[in-house]
Amino acid sequence: MRTDARVEDLLRRLAPPVLGALVRRYGHFDLCEDAVQEALLAAAVHWPDEGLPDSPKGWLIKVASRRMTDQLRSEQARRRREDTTAAAATTNETLEPAVGDEAVADRDDTLTLLFLCCHPELSPASQIALTLRAVGGLTTAEIAHAFFVPEATMAQRISRAKQRIRATGASFHLPPEPERAERLRVVLHVLYLIFNEGYTTSTGSSLQRSELTGEAIRLTRAIHRLLPDDGEVAGLLALMLLTDARRPARTSSDGDLIPLEEQDRARWDQDLINEGVTLITRTLATGPIGQYQLQAAIAAVHDEAPRAEDTDWREILALYELLERVAPNPMVTLNRAIAVAMVQGPQAGLDLLGVLDADDRIAHHHRLHAVRAHLLELGGDRVAARLSYRTAARRTASLPERRYLEARAARLARCDPSN
Amino acid sequence: MLVIYGNEDLWTSFPEKEWKEVVAAHDTFQRELTETGELVRVEGLTDAENAKVVRVADGVPVVTDGPYLEAKEYMGSFFVVDCESIERAIELAARLPMARFNGVEVWPLMDHGGTEM
Repeated sequence: MRTDARVEDLLRRLAPPVLGALVRRYGHFDLCEDAVQEALLAAAVHWPDEGLPDSPKGWLIKVASRRMTDQLRSEQARRRREDTTAAAATTNETLEPAVGDEAVADRDDTLTLLFLCCHPELSPASQIALTLRAVGGLTTAEIAHAFFVPEATMAQRISRAKQRIRATGASFHLPPEPERAERLRVVLHVLYLIFNEGYTTSTGSSLQRSELTGEAIRLTRAIHRLLPDDGEVAGLLALMLLTDARRPARTSSDGDLIPLEEQDRARWDQDLINEGVTLITRTLATGPIGQYQLQAAIAAVHDEAPRAEDTDWREILALYELLERVAPNPMVTLNRAIAVAMVQGPQAGLDLLGVLDADDRIAHHHRLHAVRAHLLELGGDRVAARLSYRTAARRTASLPERRYLEARAARLARCDPSN
Repeated sequence: MLVIYGNEDLWTSFPEKEWKEVVAAHDTFQRELTETGELVRVEGLTDAENAKVVRVADGVPVVTDGPYLEAKEYMGSFFVVDCESIERAIELAARLPMARFNGVEVWPLMDHGGTEM
């Protein structure tokens, strides 16, 4: 049965505060998370038919608490020893915070949960899965579906992640101030990964994937509301909006990838572009600059060009130079090479790629060969371009990318039948 | 995907005790990977005797016994794992007992997603 969208939306918003209320009461993050998940599932079954309860949040807390109490009681019986937490909990039925505290508690719960789920001790795959479930309120089945793994695999990954968190002794509190900036960086990276996972197009399962994009944007919006003055949070949100704006134009109806310069720009989502541009313009003017802000600024320059040939490549090149100083990595250099080629000519870009050939981190990456192929084609060297497209096509693990690269190679072969 | 190749001669050449160790090592491996949430699927193939080859000629399927009866080696089993990196996949492959005999192949699987270039 498909939960109606309004109920689903409400449940996802309520997941963090409900879990927060439970963990503050009972401790045991791992058990509480299971209890909340069961309460969310129960609500998804009952609410669409029976209507919303007077206090949806109170209903969820009550149902989850009942599960929690049962679980703690049975564990207590099993251990045959006094568990003060459970005893205290069973005598206290009212868990709703006082009205005035509610907003503050909800605010902190979302952040605290994000910090906990994106604990640096967890692998990125575990951070992503746990964040989507505990903070996003997605079911294990939904997450498994989006990542193309069986539900049992995803369930294990989540339960393992929770065990790990318990083993680190992390508690349900905001990390101490000196650690917070570094921990927030991890949270943003996890949201960035979730977004990218959803953004990569996919034939057949595109629905589930775009849901990940929406979820990443929703969670980043939530953090941006909580930390409006953080430039990188705003930068990441702007980057997501400006990238997602191009989604309707980036694949053909049969799932083929369409490169940026060939996209039908009339199909870009102008509302998302306006929101993203406003956000990044305001943010760049205020705070210290970071990598997400710079990436957003680059996306904004692309999005603001009415036609591909109107793109302000000088501006983009300047931004990539800055980005390379702020967050140097070979992928940024690779992108800078494209900008260099567009401003100074293909040969200048190709010269820069030569430097990357010596860098083991990227020398065998399909993207290096794909960019080289583009620049060779731009410079008129069709034979070499075709070879590079072929190399790139062999190296990619993505089916749509392979199809695209093979098509480019084939097109060059048609232009030049002697090869 | 981790693919184990071999043939009946190899698999039946193990003394019973050693074979039991191989099986036990596989069980432990599988249990650990289930627990880490990395195991997507594991299958063992039946004897090559049972394999068939289907060829369609002029729209008519023609079924013959597998080509494997003559082949020196064929696929015996495979694991589909979802792990962090190729390095981790290689580390896992190295833990399979068969890596000591025939080698275990590590194949990245095609992804249906992609980004425009």
